[in-house]
Amino acid sequence: MGSNMAEAHPVGFQWVVEAKLRGAKVIHIDPRFTRTSALAHTFVPVRAGADIAILGGVINYILTNEKDFREYVLAYTNASTLVSEDFRDTEDLDGLFSGYDPETNTYDQSSWAYQGHEEELGGTTHTERETAAGLQQESHGPPIPGDVARDDTLQDPRCVYQVLKRHYARYTPEVVAQICGVPEEKFLEVCEAWTRNSGRERTTALVYSVGWTQHSVGVQYIRTGAIIQLLLGNMGRPGGGVMALRGHASIQGSTDIPTLFNLLPGYLPMPTYDQHETFREWVDSIRHPGQKGFWANAEAYAVSLLKSYFGDAATAENDWGYGWLPRMTGDHGTYQQVMDMIDGKIKGYFLLGQNPAVGSAHGRAQRLGMANLDWLVVRDPYMIESATFWKSGPEIATGEIKTEECRTEVFFMPAASYAEKEGTFTQTQRMLQWREQAVEPPGDARSELWFFFHLGRRIRERLAGSTLPRDEGILKLAWDYPMHGARGDEPDAAEVLKEINGYDLTTGQLLTTFNQMKPDGSTSGGCWIYTGVFADGVNQAARRRPGQEQSWVAPEWGWAWPANRRILYNRASADPDGRPWSERKAYVWWDTENNEWTGHDVPDFEKTKPPSYRPPEDATGVQAISGDDAFIMQGDGKGWLYAPSGLIDGPMPTHYEPAESPARNPLYGQQANPTRKVYDRPDNLTNPSPPERHSEIYPYVFTTSRLTEHHTAGGMSRQLPYLAELQPEMFVEVSPQLAAERGLHHLGWAHVITARTAIEARVLVTDRLVPLRIEDRTIHQIWLPYHWGNEGVVTGDSANDLVGLALDPNVLIQESKVGTCDIQPGRRPIGPALLRYVADYQQRAGLAPDHHTPIVTTSEDGNHGEQ
Amino acid sequence: MASNSLFGPIDPATDAGYEAAPPRMGFFTDTSVCIGCKACEVACKEWNLVPDDGFNLLGQSYDNTGGLSANSWRHVAFIEQPARAHTTMPAAPQSNVAAARTDVRTGTEPGIGPAVDALAAAGTAGPEFLGMPMSDLPGRSGDGERTDFRWLMMSNVCKHCTHAGCLDVCPTGSLFRTEFGTVVVQEDICNGCGYCIPACPYGVIDRRQDDGRAWKCTLCYDRLGDGLTPACAKACPTESIQFGELDVLRERADARLATLQEQGETTARLYGEDQGDGVGGDGAFFLLLDEPEVYGLPPDPEVATKYLPDMWKRAGLAALGMVASAVVAFAGRRR
Amino acid sequence: MVDLVGVKTWIEGWPVYRQLTGTDPLGRGAAAQSPRSKALSPRTEEADSVAKSICPYCAVGCGQRIFVKDGKVIQIEGDPDSPISRGRLCPKGSASKSLVTSDRRVNNVLYRRPYGTEWESLDLETAMDMIADRVLTARNQTWEDNAEDGRPLNRTLGISSLGGATLDNEENYIIKKLFTAIGALQIENQARI
Repeated sequence: MGSNMAEAHPVGFQWVVEAKLRGAKVIHIDPRFTRTSALAHTFVPVRAGADIAILGGVINYILTNEKDFREYVLAYTNASTLVSEDFRDTEDLDGLFSGYDPETNTYDQSSWAYQGHEEELGGTTHTERETAAGLQQESHGPPIPGDVARDDTLQDPRCVYQVLKRHYARYTPEVVAQICGVPEEKFLEVCEAWTRNSGRERTTALVYSVGWTQHSVGVQYIRTGAIIQLLLGNMGRPGGGVMALRGHASIQGSTDIPTLFNLLPGYLPMPTYDQHETFREWVDSIRHPGQKGFWANAEAYAVSLLKSYFGDAATAENDWGYGWLPRMTGDHGTYQQVMDMIDGKIKGYFLLGQNPAVGSAHGRAQRLGMANLDWLVVRDPYMIESATFWKSGPEIATGEIKTEECRTEVFFMPAASYAEKEGTFTQTQRMLQWREQAVEPPGDARSELWFFFHLGRRIRERLAGSTLPRDEGILKLAWDYPMHGARGDEPDAAEVLKEINGYDLTTGQLLTTFNQMKPDGSTSGGCWIYTGVFADGVNQAARRRPGQEQSWVAPEWGWAWPANRRILYNRASADPDGRPWSERKAYVWWDTENNEWTGHDVPDFEKTKPPSYRPPEDATGVQAISGDDAFIMQGDGKGWLYAPSGLIDGPMPTHYEPAESPARNPLYGQQANPTRKVYDRPDNLTNPSPPERHSEIYPYVFTTSRLTEHHTAGGMSRQLPYLAELQPEMFVEVSPQLAAERGLHHLGWAHVITARTAIEARVLVTDRLVPLRIEDRTIHQIWLPYHWGNEGVVTGDSANDLVGLALDPNVLIQESKVGTCDIQPGRRPIGPALLRYVADYQQRAGLAPDHHTPIVTTSEDGNHGEQ
Repeated sequence: MASNSLFGPIDPATDAGYEAAPPRMGFFTDTSVCIGCKACEVACKEWNLVPDDGFNLLGQSYDNTGGLSANSWRHVAFIEQPARAHTTMPAAPQSNVAAARTDVRTGTEPGIGPAVDALAAAGTAGPEFLGMPMSDLPGRSGDGERTDFRWLMMSNVCKHCTHAGCLDVCPTGSLFRTEFGTVVVQEDICNGCGYCIPACPYGVIDRRQDDGRAWKCTLCYDRLGDGLTPACAKACPTESIQFGELDVLRERADARLATLQEQGETTARLYGEDQGDGVGGDGAFFLLLDEPEVYGLPPDPEVATKYLPDMWKRAGLAALGMVASAVVAFAGRRR
Repeated sequence: MVDLVGVKTWIEGWPVYRQLTGTDPLGRGAAAQSPRSKALSPRTEEADSVAKSICPYCAVGCGQRIFVKDGKVIQIEGDPDSPISRGRLCPKGSASKSLVTSDRRVNNVLYRRPYGTEWESLDLETAMDMIADRVLTARNQTWEDNAEDGRPLNRTLGISSLGGATLDNEENYIIKKLFTAIGALQIENQARI
């Protein structure tokens, strides 16, 4: 679901084909029939933006029919934990959970807590939303007490199992059909297949991609999938899991070692100015003194990072240089930055292998922002649209950007390709793979390592001797990497990887595991979860023992974090007593002879802690993890069916309509995610959705995605004739029914209109898109690839120009997988006429400049409803 | 085995004079696992330095290559087959669908309809054609067993026929049979006469416009000599394209077909595997999920030179006749 | 003097001779093989070195082998040893050689001055100096020592950066390290998008 694996990850899809040949059943749930659907046994068409409804229906099916893997659920999930009496569900509050604050549009989560812990988790989550704090939980769960009240009979009405059951009781097959357009028998086929193929002997894998993440409720989509997989016992077991298929060679790595505003390496939070004023406040907010689990060692990870950053200058006396770190005051994400560029607040912008003029949502805002900078540095091997907005972007045609009046100074710095430098990518299963350098980069092309090292060197040279406090951090920075390569000025990437791995500073030896890290400044390590990649002084990421010469887990190919573990939480592959759930699915188990955990993979558990271990009453940290707490990074050691904290928009996923939808939410008065992040301004208008009037002006649903033949914004594919010829033109896919309704002709031109702009494309009429029956009306969906722009061998309008900015509150990702639009035959107007054309639509839709999209639409709060 | 045959099952390498020839090598393309990614097309071009084939949106589903040509030695065909009756999708009323099909007369001819690929030609035949195969190709209606929409994909390639028409008619010796039993154009010999082009029963071989020479799949002859897998088969993510000894591939194909038929794929079939067919079987054969015509393949390909001996016989008789009449004529004058 | 051996070789190399005297009287096989065909070998065989690499497109992480001759990439193929990809590549991965070797790549620094209408060329070192100056200027113009309530901010919001998902871990590491040390917070990449 939410993944077109055969098209976006074709070589990964070989394993699906392999599984299919061995008897697996493949189900594809998607808004349109794709090359993945073509290979699936069953294709289920679903309305874009309605996945929580169908998945909630599956949860309801599981709980109603008691199809859950009860032993697993009791042992490894929080099903039996009692929830606070104060908690009120969306079912009681018309689509809101208890604690909603209409001023900040966020929740006070104290009533979501486990029973007896209401006081510990109070306060608004506004700051957490603005800083996308949910991302910190990629490596560990949010704080939660270990001592909780439970009812192992699962009968207490306040236990998670019953709360969950009530929450999803209305997600019946009829309701699923009504919301998603999925016929009941197809839906039940999915439920039966999924549950039948889960349990002791069998596991089911769930695959998703950005079809799930790029929504205003995206994180909760994934949560819903995780709840099902926990209920069915599919987590931590071979052939199970929730697989995120990521779309860039090192997008996982760029989150682990983040180029993100709100994170430091290893998911340590960037400090927030008021919550983390001191080192102690910062560290304690991560490690939560008294909490159980591995996260209690966070101080060692934090100090080791600062030692890697500042070297000898980081001392206990100066809090390891913590004071040199910049502080967040709110949302500094990429879309906030774009708004700030338009508003003239940002001077300079680096683009590093990224092309926001095509690849980011709301392309026009992106380009207008870039046209209002002092300077822009573009590093890319190919000329991209983000470097040429000042002379050939769409706004040149409309007159919104005039070349002679655009002040932005642009540096195009040619970048070395992947073959021209060495280093590691982290692929989608957290595996680091080292690349050897094949050739030298041509001409002025250089690696990012070269560019940033020498930029830093120049900055430090210019600041040398400065006594300003602001310059202390950069001058104290450990910035002395050995050089090598043909020019003699290329930083040695292996040395950087060693710094990331970390050292025992007393001996100079490379660390083998993050358990060796200490909070006293005697160890370093630039990313604690990567510690071990240079274990024993060997570049483990460079290991290339042929797959055919090792076990099916292939542990000696590359290196996966943490600790070269290939399946996370694999303690759950054994029963509470440490025995495999079945021989067929044996993966990691307790070896009673040698008294240790063993198996095909590195056990995700302390190696010699027996299943029978029970912590002493006052234990904290690792000691407090029980012998059957399979989810060791969670505060209570359990997989969460219900999330008492850590999520901005609710402890359980709830169906909300997308920010732009032609349909009224059939379940609740609350139409869309009430905590979604919006930029409510005239240059980011949102198409009206019910209960607002005029949604019929943009009557159709559109969704976008990739083609096999192209790569994201096209910089690496539209420039290559062999790829460009395979998909040479921007097109739009419509059903024959919609073609008839709008007079669209196959291979003719059409244009698609939203409140942001209108773009044109050639029409493909295809049965792969089917109109969906939603309640008593027909909903048409159209599909667009988003690869085109105005540079390259083949060019065309950009689908992302259509997309407005409404973000998921947990991670601040944009809702670009669903929106509403109109489609009309023929090409779009050109020049200033385009602006008038789009404005005419806005006017008819009631989108005056002072228009504000209502956030709360519950019936109790009817004033917000009808406008 | 007959020596130097022009039809029937033979070992073509031995027939072409190779002593102790290696086993005949070929492709088995299992379309049931093809994901239409076109890695084969790109890998072929990267290895063989084949030029791009133009940047035209053809509207034949996701096929913008159009067919095999001098500049496309692999070609992935895409066929969209709508669900038959009893669809379970809650679609708009059927009348609506019908209206769409008759109203939406695009006036746009579908694709470039390359002469070498029957797909487009087959597509244009139907009055309701929307530019994509919608309802008129063979196999798109009929047996009533399939209730779901189906999207067929198939990577087409030169068949490396046992009896290769192109080779038989080549006057320069440019086209030749390799020791692996494959058929290869030698670019250093081809003079661009073009005789081979109409001789191919599949419409595969083609002349490049700029240099006039004939080009097609070589089954990566240069790689084969070194024991390497051809570029397309090497890249294929799902092993839809399998390379190997033809005998082994045929066994594998038979087993795969049996499995699919057991699973209810009753219209699955092998194509080009039968050594008794009009070209003596193909060195590159296929497992199809529908009739060959659906994929734009001729149902009963025949090598034109099959009748060559017969024709020579007739030509010989005719020549004799002419000689005889000439003799008679001369004799008559003498009289 | 007539080189009889040479003539003999020449005659034997004549396809008609081979056809008439060999096992291939119809001249369709061995007799028709040209010297070029006979000498064919895969160009990968001539590679000076083979780099073990990883495909740069999606996050599956397919293994690649990059064949290099005379400092140029001559072929990129899947690495059959990879337990992830088993030697296979998708169309994008299969186009990697084009990606690296294309003459459409821009290999020299280009500069567009404020209000300029065309690209100009610029020396790499000069460009690096200019960028360093601009970073420091922007930083000074927008520096914030403290918030209004006196708590430290120690940052600039005048500089932004976007990118990293196509870069190496080592590169992301030093990008984040440098930007953090100069107080530049607004570092983002595709993972947010």
